Amino acid sequence: MGTMQITRIGPGASLQDLGRPGWLAQGLSRGGAADRLAVYEGAALLGQSAALAALELPGAGGVFVFEQDTRVALTGAPMDASVGGRSMAWNASHLVPSGAPLTLGAIRAGVYGYLHGGGGFDAPPSLGGRAAQFTAGLGTALQAGDRVRLGADGAATTGYALDVTPRFNGGTVRVVSSLQTSMYGAETVNRFAKTIFTRDTRANRMGVRLNSDGEGFLVEGGLSVLSEVITPGDIQVTGDGAPYVLMSECQTTGGYPRIATVLPADLPRVAQTPLGAKVCFEFVTLDEAVDIERRVQTARSTLALGLTPLIRDPHDISDLLSYQLISGVVAGDEDT
Amino acid sequence: MPDESWPVVRTVGVDRILVSFGASLSERANRAALALRAAIETQAWPGVTETTTSLVSACVVFDPLELPHAKLEAQLWTLIGQRDWFSAVLPEGRRRWNVPTVYGTELAPQLDEAAQVAGLTRSEAVASLSEKPVRVQTIGFSPGMPYLGHLPEVWDIPRQQDLSPTVPAGALVVAVRQLVLFSVTTPTGWRHVGQTALQLFQPQADPPFVLRPGDEARFTPVDRDTFESLQADPMGGATYEVI
Repeated sequence: MGTMQITRIGPGASLQDLGRPGWLAQGLSRGGAADRLAVYEGAALLGQSAALAALELPGAGGVFVFEQDTRVALTGAPMDASVGGRSMAWNASHLVPSGAPLTLGAIRAGVYGYLHGGGGFDAPPSLGGRAAQFTAGLGTALQAGDRVRLGADGAATTGYALDVTPRFNGGTVRVVSSLQTSMYGAETVNRFAKTIFTRDTRANRMGVRLNSDGEGFLVEGGLSVLSEVITPGDIQVTGDGAPYVLMSECQTTGGYPRIATVLPADLPRVAQTPLGAKVCFEFVTLDEAVDIERRVQTARSTLALGLTPLIRDPHDISDLLSYQLISGVVAGDEDT
Repeated sequence: MPDESWPVVRTVGVDRILVSFGASLSERANRAALALRAAIETQAWPGVTETTTSLVSACVVFDPLELPHAKLEAQLWTLIGQRDWFSAVLPEGRRRWNVPTVYGTELAPQLDEAAQVAGLTRSEAVASLSEKPVRVQTIGFSPGMPYLGHLPEVWDIPRQQDLSPTVPAGALVVAVRQLVLFSVTTPTGWRHVGQTALQLFQPQADPPFVLRPGDEARFTPVDRDTFESLQADPMGGATYEVI
């Protein structure tokens, strides 16, 4: 058990976990981390459960001080990271000494960085989860001066790195047809699949708006369709023809038509697409999508097999802690 | 009239299957969806993680790695064939709510615009929206939020082209012969015609969600002073009787 003091933090940072399944019939979406893969990566790095909560940092980091030596892992959008002035590797686990300020600075790519603590960050659970869900009024954005408790840490290893799936600069996002795709007609769907989109300024945990040149993706009668269930990944087209990819904290039902649905495996890429980066969509069949999901789940459950020591031979190092911190300089740019 | 072409079974994304009982909202399709969802819940099929309903559909959330699409579809068709879902009755223990509501004013600034689109005067619009109870057809969009209907035909008005950037929790909005009562502050394409003080989602309460599908609600006009006096009450003066 321990405590982390937040000295400085960017807007919109919050505790996130894998969300609250089971409440869709009451209108509460699962929510949880914008980049779920980053939660699994942090869990693998710290050798702990992926159900524990991490700190999600959209667009900016902060300064954090632990009141005891604490294991941390850094995943998601890579940021400049240092402790006590010494650089730290991203996608890696570290031991942060008590009282040493951990500084997470500018994001180098992507959108959402994650700080994981050994034992997980703690908060009173509500409706079965700790994730803040701003639209539902669950949890709040964290502020400078806040103290966050950590759970009991059942492991001790640090100093490992993980080679992660690159997903921090847009790119190709795989989609399946969904129940309203046929409303659009083959011509519009083909044009959609050939369009290169640019991520708009409007993007948050609910949805990511994409812009394109030329006409939008409006459909005849699209403003009068019956509200129907929504799943994260649905690509909703509102009145002006621009698509929004609906994200972790999206509504559970909605009346705007949806042209396709992003595979769960590719939602982290959408979440991590920075402002102005390019995105295009590639349709796959449902069978292909299930195969992809199977491969991704297997990869996710075996992430720990990909851990590599941050230092070549830790047994030769007498001052393990300080060496770990220094050695972080050599890594961290592999995503960009 | 029985329609042989319904229900239809379709996928939503990679891990959901939707059984829809109509292309447009009807009471029988809504009842069928609620009854089928209840039946799916009692089946407790391995691989099904969650079920829900929309206005005219039952939705199954599942793990396609454990339960292949084809197998789930076959199970659903077997269940669908076991009865006439359109003749299902509404859930037991329904309640009729009375919800004090301010129509128009700066609290609900789109009453006049909505009335105009519907071809009604302001007072006709208020009368039409408040005289009869409407039924909770489904809960969705945001936590505890009901879709309510059917309103009279004149209210078959489209959503706005552009989203209103924000309407507050408790807002009563209208489109496509339905009312929605918002549980959270949200952007919306529906027109804001009334304001209530009812908090539909109370995370610390048990149960945290006020309304259930099948409940009825009447949005009774009150004046601004009455509304203000109800603000301190999480229920916003709403009361119910079991029907």
